[in-house]
Amino acid sequence: MSAAALTIAVLAVTSALTRASGVLIMHGRRLPPRLEGVVDLLAPALLTALIMVETVGGDNSIEVTASIAGVAAAGGILWRKRDALLPAILIAAAVTALLRAL
Amino acid sequence: MRAYFANPSVRAGLRAGVPVAVAGFALAISFGVLARPVIGGLAAVIMSAVVFAGSAQFGSLAVLAAGGGPAAAIIAGMLLNSRYVPMGIALAPSLEAERSLWKRCLISQAMVDFSWAAAMRGGGRFDHRFMVGVTIPMYLSWIAGTAVGVLAGDLLGDPESLGLDAIFPAFFLALLLGGEAGGSPKAVTAALLGGAIALALIPFAPPGVPVIAACLAALIGLGAGGRAEGGRPTPTDEARVLLPAAGEVP
Repeated sequence: MSAAALTIAVLAVTSALTRASGVLIMHGRRLPPRLEGVVDLLAPALLTALIMVETVGGDNSIEVTASIAGVAAAGGILWRKRDALLPAILIAAAVTALLRAL
Repeated sequence: MRAYFANPSVRAGLRAGVPVAVAGFALAISFGVLARPVIGGLAAVIMSAVVFAGSAQFGSLAVLAAGGGPAAAIIAGMLLNSRYVPMGIALAPSLEAERSLWKRCLISQAMVDFSWAAAMRGGGRFDHRFMVGVTIPMYLSWIAGTAVGVLAGDLLGDPESLGLDAIFPAFFLALLLGGEAGGSPKAVTAALLGGAIALALIPFAPPGVPVIAACLAALIGLGAGGRAEGGRPTPTDEARVLLPAAGEVP
């Protein structure tokens, strides 16, 4: 089996198991009430981390890229109007592309 | 099965998933372009269909492209996917109404960052039908985009020059600002803390670790009723989140 085929096969199995792990760990059990607040805060913590990794996360380094300005511009629009999803995304791409073209 | 998909929540999710699917399509094109010379075009499309995890696919591909072996590529992919463990634990209680374990495991396969966060309903609850609805167009466009990248990538140019890499963080920002738990002071603190943990770890830790470590920021929500019980997360707290009912026999 080639390196690529082995990587894909193992990652397919582990991805499925990782996604199902919560169901298997929690099987038939309820979340302790004191953890409900943790669940609600998981999304804000995770989303901010993902934004950081995808904008300034380089190869083990912090990189200043044009996408920071793009995401910041989207943030400005979303701050004024929370449901302006499409304009925010278009602005993010447009600002980033414009800065790269300069 | 048919009844599940006829549910209004699934259909609402499908509508909400289309714009993200378009962005995912663009990202998948760049995966197809990058993957073809490394693992081959067919393998790239198969990988998108059976792994369906953007960061893990890009991460393991980067290892292989740099001449690394399959073990290193697999470990990179698994680390990048490790956030699905706490995400899945958070989701699982909302699936308990589905009686078959098999079906709950199947629904959990629809978990991707965006659909998971968009399906959050507060109080620790998730609308799993909405999540499945959001993921379906994303899954289809992920495979289709990979195929387009493999077949026609050379003609399309560099997705980075179009600023497409800024789209996903912008989506996450929209979820963050408009999300269910977005407004409370604790949510703001968790967001800032999570971002700070990720930033601090990016220069040192392997890819995937900054994001899973950022999950620890959610521990400031320990304790019922949103009572302040802040402070630094301890290793015991970490163990409690990852194994909330350790020691219990099912």
